[in-house]
Amino acid sequence: MALLDIRDLSTSFRTEDGVVKAVQGVNFSVEKGQTLGIVGESGCGKSVTCLTIMGLNPKRNTVSSGEALWKGKDLLTSSPRELREIRGDEISMIFQDPMTSLNPVHTIGRQLVEAVMLHRDVTKRIARARALELLKAVGIPKAENRIDDYPHQFSGGMRQRVMIAMALINDPDLLIADEPTTALDVTTQAQILSLMKRLQEDFGSAIIMITHDLGVVAEIADDVLVMYAANVVEQAEVHDLFNHPQHPYTWGLMGSLPRLDADVERLTQIPGQPPSLLRPPSGCRFHPRCPYVMEVCKTTVPALEPTAHDADHLQKCHLDQETKDREAAKLLAATMAEAG
Amino acid sequence: MFRYLVRRILWAMLLFLVITFVTFVIFYVGPNNPARAVCGGEQAKRACLVQATRKLGLNKPMPVQYYRFLKKLVIHQDLGTSFATSQSVNQRIKEAAPVTASLVLGGAVLWMIIGLSVGIFSALKPRSLLDRAAMVFVLIGVSAHPVWIGLIFEYVFGVKLGWTPIANYANFFGAPGDSGLPGGPWQWFYHLILPWCTFALLFAALYVRMIRANVMETLNEDFVRTARAKGAPERQVLISHVLRNALLPVVTMLGMDIGIALGGAIFTETVYQLPGLGQTAIIGISNQDLAIVQGVIVFATVAIIIFNLLVDLLYAWIDPRIRLT
Repeated sequence: MALLDIRDLSTSFRTEDGVVKAVQGVNFSVEKGQTLGIVGESGCGKSVTCLTIMGLNPKRNTVSSGEALWKGKDLLTSSPRELREIRGDEISMIFQDPMTSLNPVHTIGRQLVEAVMLHRDVTKRIARARALELLKAVGIPKAENRIDDYPHQFSGGMRQRVMIAMALINDPDLLIADEPTTALDVTTQAQILSLMKRLQEDFGSAIIMITHDLGVVAEIADDVLVMYAANVVEQAEVHDLFNHPQHPYTWGLMGSLPRLDADVERLTQIPGQPPSLLRPPSGCRFHPRCPYVMEVCKTTVPALEPTAHDADHLQKCHLDQETKDREAAKLLAATMAEAG
Repeated sequence: MFRYLVRRILWAMLLFLVITFVTFVIFYVGPNNPARAVCGGEQAKRACLVQATRKLGLNKPMPVQYYRFLKKLVIHQDLGTSFATSQSVNQRIKEAAPVTASLVLGGAVLWMIIGLSVGIFSALKPRSLLDRAAMVFVLIGVSAHPVWIGLIFEYVFGVKLGWTPIANYANFFGAPGDSGLPGGPWQWFYHLILPWCTFALLFAALYVRMIRANVMETLNEDFVRTARAKGAPERQVLISHVLRNALLPVVTMLGMDIGIALGGAIFTETVYQLPGLGQTAIIGISNQDLAIVQGVIVFATVAIIIFNLLVDLLYAWIDPRIRLT
């Protein structure tokens, strides 16, 4: 049994302008100790997917359907109390902006201790010792002296380390990281990523890594979900995705990766804007921006189907297999040429 | 922390000097002649004027006058004697200050209770019936003048329903034996119910609005989501994470508003005939009794300075971010 099994998950928000379908019919599963990368532009539904799993969407205007089976138990139908017991203990989460994700009026020690004591029946002293242990594990220098400092006394990278320490403090089975490196500068990003990789080996947690950065995915993920406008458009094992990308949107993402070694005047970009989820385009949602658009794309929604070569590689595109293979090979060749 | 304390106290002292100087200049160096006021205005006798001028030290140069004034004030805590009644100003203020303090501090407690409970509840249930009712209350509270509200309350609760007294003050520690006035804690409370409600309404309305906005804003903060993601129950999220942050600015506002409220207390004291500082000042102004007016101003200034100092220290204590600056 998979650790987390998401089946036909949909989430919509009621707003003053109408219903926004933020996530539609998403399926995926996460195995023990594995890493799933979810990639896509801002507003494609990747964060909402994870907040739905955690039960952290505002209750007032959110409607979710489908199933989120955690160890066989549906999180969507769990009571708030059951969810609370899972959150921070079995599933924990790291957020995008470390500058605002810690409470400014409590010391980091107190916030870490709180996380332990919410789930473990231990004394404050033991909780504090555990907090110190985790601060050392995430590489806070002189952790003994820093544990009683306030968040504003730490840099962004250090705060994200504290967030990671807080997320791992109860030995979770799954860690959801929502763009954990986006708000950090490049060198810090690399440090945080390698830290997460190392800690995953030590703690054995599964990770869902939400990002818009394919580089991060290549670095850390085992499986990848590419999302576009609330839908999954491609889903594959990471090498498969990079070697045989099947969806024009994925090609666009790969083409727009900046390269230090290539001599290009400007970055390739996907033309146009992400569509409004209030009134999404008809047919394939990517068709207004797709360079390969055909008549059928404008009217018929493509199904998420396995490719001809690989039953585990799913894609959602009307293009014929030949064209896809040709374009994927072209992209790969271009990448190789640039690299080599 | 220590340096912060020292700096704040030095600032408070400087502020005290400036305010007393300005007050002094306005009252003693201005065009009106204090000696004339002492001797009964236009019909003042010459002999009386000469004597008063000497007694008040008006024949000395201005800096010497200010020095004497300050020396009397700082060393002997003496605010002088009333021009009109020759009564000690200190004595008058000693009688009036507890009345105003009862009104303002009791009112502050009342408006904080209303502000916190209604404000937090409306923030947690926006657009609910209570939230909408609270917003109507805010509109009325902000728009209506205390004198008007005071008169309406007096008429409805005092005259029509007969629930409360409509005027006067009762001493908390019991009235002087021969005065025939009621006294004691219960009478004190009973006499102040209407004044408190009148006085607190405007601020309660402002605080409901401010606390509601702060709590709603804080509820959307990332660290609140972090607390929920840790598995904290809603009550703990609210108390330990939301309120602690949302109420920080309220502490600052409270410090400033107590000063403003002292000014607002004049209206309430007038409507309910409470012999507080506001009424004392108004009587002093109409009698051209500068010593009294000046005494009230200096006393109120010192009270506000001390109160603000306490609030600043409290704020530095509860907000770690400004502790070191």
